[in-house]
Order: sequence, then structure tokens, then C-alpha cells
Amino acid sequence: MHHVIIGAGPAGVVAAENLRKLDPTAKISIYGAEREVPYSRMAIPYFLIENVPEQGTHLRKNDRHYDLMNIEVHQQRVDKIDAAAKALSLEDGSTVNYDKLLIATGSHPVRPPIPGMELENVHSCWTLEDGRAIAEKAKPGNTVVLMGAGFIGCIILESLAIRGVDLTVVEAENRMVPRMMNEISGNLIKRWCEEKGVNVRTSTRVDGIEEGGDKALKLSFNDGSTMEADVVICATGVRPNIAFLEGSGINTDEGILVNPYLETSQADIFAAGDVCQGLDFSTGSYMVQAIQPTAADHGMLAANNMVDGREQRHRGCVNMNVLDTMGLISASFGLWEGSGGDRSALEDYDNYRYLELQFEDDVLVGANSLGLTQHVGVLRGLIQSRTRLGKWKEKLMQDPTRVMEAYLACAQAQA
Amino acid sequence: MAWTKKYLRVNLTEGTIKVEDLNMAWANEYLGQRGLATRYLIDEIDPKCDALSPENKMIMTTGPLTGTMASTGGRYSVVCKSPLTGAVACSNSGGLFGAELKSAGWDMIIFEGKSASPVYLSIQNEKAELLSAEALWGKSVWEADAILHKTHQDPQLKVAAVGRSAEQGCLYAAIVNDMHRAAGRSGVGTVMASKNLKAVVVRGTRGVGNIKDMPRFMDATNAGKAVLAENPVTGQGLPALGTQVLMNVINEVGAMPTRNMRETQFEGAHKIAGEAMLEPRKSDGKPNLTRNGGCFGCTIACGRISTIDRTHFSVQDKPEYWGNSGGLEYEAAWAMGSDCGVDDLDALTYANFLCNEDGMDPISFGATLAAAMEMFEDGDLTTEQTGGMELKFGSAEALCWAAEVVATGEGFGADLGLGSKRLCEKYGRPELSMTVKGQEFPAYDPRGMQGMGLTYATSNRGACHLRSYTVSSEVLGVPVKTDPLETDGKADLVKAFQDATAAVDSAGLCIFTTFAWSMEDIAPQVDAACEGEWSVEKMLEVGERVWQLERQFNQAAGIGGDQDTLPKRLLTEGAGSGPAQGKVAELDKMLPQYYELRGWNTDGSMTDATRQKWNLPA
Amino acid sequence: MQKSLTIDPEKCTGCLQCEMACSYQSDGLFNPSKSRIKVFNFHEEGRFVPYTCTQCDEAWCLHACPVDAITLDASTGAKIVNADTCVGCKVCTIACPFGTVNYNSDTGKVAKCDLCAGDPACAKACPTDAITYVDADATGYERMKEWAAKTDAGMTAGA
Ligand SMILES: Cc1cc2nc3c(=O)[nH]c(=O)nc-3n(C[C@H](O)[C@H](O)[C@H](O)COP(=O)(O)OP(=O)(O)OC[C@H]3O[C@@H](n4cnc5c(N)ncnc54)[C@H](O)[C@@H]3O)c2cc1C
Ligand code: SF4
Repeated sequence: MHHVIIGAGPAGVVAAENLRKLDPTAKISIYGAEREVPYSRMAIPYFLIENVPEQGTHLRKNDRHYDLMNIEVHQQRVDKIDAAAKALSLEDGSTVNYDKLLIATGSHPVRPPIPGMELENVHSCWTLEDGRAIAEKAKPGNTVVLMGAGFIGCIILESLAIRGVDLTVVEAENRMVPRMMNEISGNLIKRWCEEKGVNVRTSTRVDGIEEGGDKALKLSFNDGSTMEADVVICATGVRPNIAFLEGSGINTDEGILVNPYLETSQADIFAAGDVCQGLDFSTGSYMVQAIQPTAADHGMLAANNMVDGREQRHRGCVNMNVLDTMGLISASFGLWEGSGGDRSALEDYDNYRYLELQFEDDVLVGANSLGLTQHVGVLRGLIQSRTRLGKWKEKLMQDPTRVMEAYLACAQAQA
Repeated sequence: MAWTKKYLRVNLTEGTIKVEDLNMAWANEYLGQRGLATRYLIDEIDPKCDALSPENKMIMTTGPLTGTMASTGGRYSVVCKSPLTGAVACSNSGGLFGAELKSAGWDMIIFEGKSASPVYLSIQNEKAELLSAEALWGKSVWEADAILHKTHQDPQLKVAAVGRSAEQGCLYAAIVNDMHRAAGRSGVGTVMASKNLKAVVVRGTRGVGNIKDMPRFMDATNAGKAVLAENPVTGQGLPALGTQVLMNVINEVGAMPTRNMRETQFEGAHKIAGEAMLEPRKSDGKPNLTRNGGCFGCTIACGRISTIDRTHFSVQDKPEYWGNSGGLEYEAAWAMGSDCGVDDLDALTYANFLCNEDGMDPISFGATLAAAMEMFEDGDLTTEQTGGMELKFGSAEALCWAAEVVATGEGFGADLGLGSKRLCEKYGRPELSMTVKGQEFPAYDPRGMQGMGLTYATSNRGACHLRSYTVSSEVLGVPVKTDPLETDGKADLVKAFQDATAAVDSAGLCIFTTFAWSMEDIAPQVDAACEGEWSVEKMLEVGERVWQLERQFNQAAGIGGDQDTLPKRLLTEGAGSGPAQGKVAELDKMLPQYYELRGWNTDGSMTDATRQKWNLPA
Repeated sequence: MQKSLTIDPEKCTGCLQCEMACSYQSDGLFNPSKSRIKVFNFHEEGRFVPYTCTQCDEAWCLHACPVDAITLDASTGAKIVNADTCVGCKVCTIACPFGTVNYNSDTGKVAKCDLCAGDPACAKACPTDAITYVDADATGYERMKEWAAKTDAGMTAGA
């Protein structure tokens, strides 16, 4: 039995490890396109602020981890899949056969179609290689423009600010993290950043970038204004890495389409992580979540289903995020925008605290929080267990901060 | 160390908050909490000032062991001049508030002046600010607590507040923290409200460190906990029955003040005793007591958590009182129970809830009502004054009604809020007030327990059991058994208890530990925590110094030896039944000897030599 | 047989000795706000509920961690945060459906119960035996595990 995994990110590595656990004798190979030890993109921001050395971003810390688990790791891009022949073509021209295949190729950053995106000092912040380049160029005192205040943008923002650059953030939507936080909390994050000395321009777009001026780059905006910058960092979104699947017969939409077993339209081929359009717990529909916990969950489940005789149906992942924007911690869970049920919110603008709960009947289905660090996980727990809150629903309507008590009382039957 | 060595000075008139360094020379003399705050008070106010004027100050203060793992190390005290007695007030409370204040980094808070409009103090670690309390004024403690938790969006916020009774000028208003723990006596809540200060809220996440020798401290506190666990009172009696363990015991001794102290035994005692709180009731099969609860760090856990029978007349239409809350302690059960002749456990629990909800000292409230009942039965008071209520001994309805009107200050509630001394004077029967220095008696009749007579008469904050609990020795035999009806040796006993208690109250510990702990158990814990040397001798020295300092304050306030006395009834009317039958409180046999032991003149005034010996301020 | 913390809320008086012991064990001072075990007060019900990590088999925190900072202590079964490796991304705090991994802004890392290497300070400090450290299949723990399975995205139940 040969299990092959394309992609050396968290989805791929977690899958390989779980495969080894479930199938001690099989051959397991990982193919990753980057010339790196398997690492975690999520850790790049902490590498940027020199919180950890490069090695700190590695998914596993023991140098011999993969050897010890008898997992082969190859630094080779996969160019093509021949599902009929159960074979892969690699970038060096060779082919590899598989019995079971997992596609965990993640996603890649997309750039808006405007002039100047190819310039030398315009970067994405997606790979470790990008991280090294940014660390080189974003020096204290330099002017940096960050395009996109989405989730990834906001994470990088913190590390750039800590690096002491003169920072401007440009976001086309009317608030920060528009796809994670509602208007109130998104704007609170904006005000917070501004108070910390970051220049935040929402509802603004960069129209073009050109070389020249006192600094390396000159940007023009949709309102006609311009500014100069040393570096531009683009974080305007990511798309699943599915281009190489052309002709493989694997059905795709935004990402790879899978059934509730994470199996693709081709037999013995599975998908996991950012590249996979998997089941969303809250909506029951299939979507690309592109978050770390989902990548890990997918990796575990796909591995289980790749082993003969094992079958586990996916119940869906709760879409969730946690973000630290210069010390202000925000989180979102599930249907944070609500789905027509009751909502309970506490707003404390002065102290940057915010908590909003969304219900369907007496079940919690989504939440947004700012400034909450204790027991946040129970929001996920309550959503995912679909716990009926009974009389605690009313108490939470009065005061959502009592969510931990509600959880203990209802989910753990402790009161 | 154990002290944070920092405190807040809040000037309510100016609306300013300053951080100041703790006077460590004073800390070395007075340890903390009760003693140290009194040292500041005597330094900063004129003892003759009007207690309800902006000139009075109010100090919320912790001890060096507050917030530590020492068992019961969660106490705080409120020190000011009392509006009820004119003497020094020092009321001690448990719950979680004190430890939280310490964990925020503060040994104490000195409040001075008076705010122009209602405010509350909010402390989040280093950050302290005065915020508007307009929305809280006119609300009960419980309502204010809920609003404050909601405003601050923090379930872990600790709240200490005054209720409507304090706002209305009830002279025995308490400061209630954590819903049902109270700095209860002497009207400290009245002083707080007089400053337009509705509440103090605190969140402390810095932790308590600064322990001189941590390993030794852990050993000493563990040893202390083992002693508490093995002792029958602190290890079994108090957790199971709370202080209510005493109800039947004291009644049998014949020292249960009944119907405004006309009698010394109560026929209904068994119905309101700790044991009765465990009996399943008819309506729902549940007992009054749900469980026991502990204050911060307390391994005894004497606290009562109770419910009222939902079918009881007091709450049948009030579902908001159907949940659990702080249940009856012995003092409350006695004052509102036997002293008023009421044997209805649910009525007592309801009145107790109201005392917590609106911050009334249940001892003073019950004893004042008892005096009113006696006057009513004697015809000095009629339904005209009470607005129709028949204030008869034994009436549960009258008790519940009285708690409601004192809570809001409505109608006759304002009169009842005066306390028994002023009430009895107002209606022409001053001799019916069972008070010393204007403060009502607690639950031990001095005729049946002679040591308590001397205790009450000489207590620095007026009649009080928590200044020297000779009940320990006279009834429970701790540390040695003495005959309750005997006066010999009681002067020594009272002085020793007063000094030890003052030391415990200055450390951050609960006095109930002393059922099991002697100073030999306490000193090593203090010594391991605090810089300097804290031997048994030093602790007792601190205790006596604190006592002398309080006496000095009272003397300067114009309260001298002439007030070291008891109501005539106790000195002249013999006990009617029980072991003490025919006995009166023989104060005259003990007082002169006590003065001599204290190093005072025969009229009870302080001598220069004593003042110098204890290095007291002039 | 591996041991686990067993919690009996019926016995808890809410004294918080466990919280102090926990914070003392890990931070060297008495600081309930930093404790990995937390006692919840259900005031109206008259109930205190101590609550901490059950070291569940699913170990969502461990799997969610992007840098392998949470590892299994084979001798106790505890899932342990290695503070040197943790980058403070907080993903584990939202991944744990029990809410027992918490971020500490003072250290910039997360903290969770590590069973004190097999000698839990909370259990030792508890004066009423509401918290005990006993063989794993004792009461209470099983119920929490059942609930854990319910929360699972689909990896263990039926596997
Ligand atoms: C800066 C940054 C911060 C982030 N912060 C968070 C966060 O806080 N929380 C969160 O939940 N998520 C965060 N994310 C997103 C998170 O990193 C991804 O969701 C996660 O990495 C997805 O894992 P994956 O294994 O599916 O894909 P990836 O980690 O992207 O791994 C894909 C792997 O596939 C390889 N690959 C691609 N194409 C091929 C090919 N043709 N042949 C061979 N190999 C190929 C890649 O080289 C890579 O090794 C962050 C991402 C970034 C960039
Ligand atoms: S906060 Fe630390 S332990 Fe938790 S997931 Fe992130 S790196 Fe791992």
C-alpha cells in the first residue's frame, strides 16, 4: 500500500502521521513544492517579529521526526495527476505511483489586476520565502503599505507594526476583517489600530503602483490621492491551488469538490485543507474555509478514510478564527452574521470589549468577540454540540458574558 | 513582605485618585487591616468630627495574608468613625472582594471628602477611576451588582456596594460584597453612602506574591489547614451547621437573649437552629440549607447557602427570591428570631435575604425591632406610628414587613433605621435599648455568660461579640474551659481574647480560625509571609497596641469609661430561667481589674505611661 | 492505569484553594485569574463547579497547533504546552471545545492544565476532596468524554 500526499502543509503532515498510526506497514510519501522542511504558514508572522527563528515555524520540531515515523518527504512539485493510471508526474520529469492519494496543496495568494503588482518591492506574505524577503525590506522607519485588511492582512499588520515601520493599511471594504467580524467590531479594530499609530484607510482601493519618487514605489488610490512607499505587501486574498488538476478528471469549483468522506470525484483520491471545498458545519454546504484547524481536521479525517476498512463521515468544520491585532484579540465562530434567530450583544466601546451571540431557537450558532481570552473555546463547543440552552438562552440574552456558565450548566449538566 | 506596599487615596470631593506608599513603620507596629487602617484614621481625622460629614474618612483595607493560600486569607475591613456609636468602626468581611483588591495591587483604599453626585470606584489592576453612579442610586445591592456586572462585561468582577437603606440614612447600614458577605456592623455602609459612594468594583489579575519565605509559608499554611481540619468545631461543626451550630447550645446554657432580652431562653430555638435548616420541608422536600460555602481561601466554609420555601407567605408572589442566596448565620437567626420571639425559619431567611440585598446589619436590625416590639406591647408605640402593622413579639409578618421598610427607608422604616438607642429615646423608653455605646447586642446574654458582659461593656466599637469571643472558653472550652457564671479571671480572659482578636483582624484572617488556632499556629504563617519578625509575642503585642489605639481614638472622640457599661436590665433584672436563673451581669466585679490590666486609670481613661508604652499618637 | 482529575461539584465550597495552588505551582504566586482550573459559581443554584482540562483523547488543541507546541506526556496522558515553542497564535484556544486553553497576555503564550507531572497541586490543596486524582474511569470523567465525542468533527466516534 502506497499512500501519497501532495502538499507539505499542516493538512498533509497531519494526514501522513495519522496514516502511519492507522496503517503501520504502508509506504507513505509527501511531495511538497517548496524547498523547505514542512512548515506552518501561520507561524510566519512570529518569525517576522523575531519571536521564533526559522526553525520555530517548522510543523514538527524533531529533525528526524519523519524518519522516525517512516514518512518520506520529497521537495518536488507535482505537475499532473493521471487518475486512471494512479500515477503522478513530478517537476523533475519522473513519475510516482500511488494506491491512495491525498491532495493537500493549500492555496496561493491572488493579486488584484492593477498595474505594478509585478514590481520588485511588491510582495505577498504567504511563504517562508516571502517572509525572509519582507524581513529584509521592512526595516524600522521604512514606509510600508499593506493592501488588504482581511484576516491574513491583520495578522501581518501586527508583525509589521512591531517591526517599527511607518505603516498604512488600505482596505476596499468599509471596515477591517470584513469576512470575520461584523461592522461594529471591525470598526473597533480599526479605531484600535489608529490609536496605536497605524494609518488605516478603509473603503479605499489601490489603483496602480509605479516605480520612482523618493522611495522605491509610488501608489495611486481610487480617490485620486497618491503616496510613496518603500515596500507594498499584498494580502488581498487567496485561492486554492487547483490549476495543476486540469485534465485529471477531478471535479473542482472554487476548490476541490468532495463528498462527506473527503473523497473527490475520482476513486481513491481525497482532498484536505485549504484546497478542499469541504463541508461547513453551520450551513451544511461545501465551502473553502482556508483555516488552520480545518486543515488539521481534514488531514485527520482524510487519512482515516484512506485506510481500507475505515470509514468516517465528516460532520463539517465550524468556521472559526482568532486574531490578535496589536494586542486586541478578536474571534469569530460559525454563523457570526446570524441566520435570522435572536442575537444578544454587549458592547463596550471605551474598553474595546464586544461579544455578540447568534442563536437559532435556543441553540448557539455563531459568535463574534473582542477582548475575550478566557474560555473562548466553549463558543465552538456550544455551536458544534448543538447544545440546547433552555432557560440559559434567556440569561444569555440578558448577559452574553455568562456563556461559560451556560456551557457548564447545559453542555456539562453541571448546574 | 506580603503587603503590596501601595494604597489608593481617593478624594471624592475633588474626584482625584492618588497612589501612595504604605507607611512601613506603622505596618511594623500594626501589621495591617484593622490595626494599620486605624493608625491612618487617627492620624487623618478629628475623632470628634461628625461621622456623616465629609470630614470623616473611610478606609477599605486588607491584611498581609489577604489573597494568600493561608486558610481564610481573604478578609478585608472597613474602618471609619461610626455614625451609630461615635466610636471607631471596624467591620470585617469575607467573600472574594478583599483578595481581589489585593490581587489588583492594593493594600487599602482611603476615601475622603464627599462626591457632589453619586459615583462608584472602578479598579482594574493599576487603573482606578471614579465613574457615575447615577444609574445605581436608589437600587438595592443586588440590583447594583447585576448592573455593574453587565456594564463591565466581566463575570469575575467583584462588587462591594451599599443598598437603599444606607442611602436613606439607616444608621446600621452595611457594605455588602459578593452579594451576601458584609462589613456589617456600626454603620460603615451609612458612612459610605454619606460620601455619595455607591460601590467599589475591582478586578485584580496581578496576583499576590511578595511572600518573604515561600516554602516556609506553604509549610506553615498547610500545617494550619491540618489543624482546622482536625478540630471538631472548624472541621465538622461549622461546615455542617455554620455558626448556627450554636443556637441550641447557647439556649441550653441559658444565655439566649429573648424578646429584647427580657428572657434568656427561647422556646422556639430548635425551630430556627442549624439543625432545623437541614430538615426537609413539606412543600418540596428540600431543606432550607442547600450547601455550605467558603469565603476566599477558607478551608472551614461555614457560610450558609439557602432557599426560602416558595410557598411561604413572604415570597409566594416573588419568584426573584426563589433562588439560593446567603442563608442564616447564628447572629442573624438570633436577632431576628429569638430576640423578636419569631420562630419561623422561612421568615427569618427572607428577612436575612433582605438584609443582604439592601445592606442592613441583621443584628442591629433585629435588636432594634425587638426594642420596638417591646415598646409596642407596652403601648409606647401604636399602629399609628407603624402605619397599621401590629409589632407583636413572635409576629413573622411584622418581621418581614420591618425588613422591607428598613430596606427602603419608607414610613416607620426610617424610625427603625435609627437603631435601638435613638428609637427608644425618641419614644421615651431609653432603658429598653439593649446597647452599649449605641450599638446593639449580639446573641449572648451576659447574665448567663459573665465574660461576654465585660466584653460588651469594654468593646471599642460598642456591643460586639467579635471583639473578644469568650464564648469559646465559657461554653466550648477553647482554649480552656471557664465557668460562664463565674466572674473571677474574666478580666484576664477578656483582655487576652481582645488582644488576640485584634491581631487576627490585622492579619487578613478570619476570627473563626481561633476555634482551632492559637497564636502558635498563626504567628508562623504571618512570619513566613511578612518581612520583619512576627513571633507569638510580637503578634500579641500588636494586638494589644491595636486595642489601645482604638481606645485612644474613642477617648479623643469623647467616649470614656462612663460608657463602659451595660443596660440596666442586665445589671438589675435576674435571668428568668435556665442555669443562670436569678443571675445579673456582674460587671462591677470585673471592670476595675480589667482597667488595671490595661494600664488605665480607675475611671477608664488612658494614662500617659500606657500611651508612651504603646507609642500611641498623642 | 492512568489517573485523571475527578471533580465532584457536590463537595466544592468555592474556597478557591485549587486556583491559588495552580497559579502558585505554575507562576510562583497566588493568582486565581491565571489558574488553569477555574471554579464557577452558580449563585442561584447554590453550586460551585471546578472545571479544567480532561486531557481528552481527541486533543483538539494538540492537533490544531501549527508548530507542535502541545505534546502528549506519555506518563500522565496530559497534553502539555511547551512555552518555548508556543508562538501565541491562540488557535488552540478556539479549537478546544471545552474552553480550557487560555491565552495569557502577560506571557504572550497559552496555558492549560498539565497535571503537574502527575501530582496535581489543585487536588492536594482541595480541603473537601471535591478534586481528586484517581484512576481514569471514575465517575464524571466518562460523561465529559461522551460529550467530547459529541463535539468531535467526526474523527473518533464510531472509528
Ligand atoms: C501569514 C499567514 C498567517 C496565517 N494565520 C492563520 C491563523 O492565524 N489561523 C488560521 O486558522 N489560519 C491561518 N493561516 C492560514 C493557514 O496557514 C492555512 O489555512 C493552512 O496553512 C492550510 O494548510 P494546508 O495544509 O491546507 O495548506 P498549506 O499550508 O498552504 O500547504 C500546502 C502545501 O502544498 C504545497 N504545494 C502546493 N502546490 C503543490 C504542488 N503542485 N505539488 C506539491 N506541493 C504543492 C505547498 O508548497 C505547501 O507545502 C495563515 C496563513 C498565512 C500565510
Ligand atoms: S497558541 Fe501556542 S500552543 Fe496554542 S496553537 Fe498557537 S502555538 Fe500552539
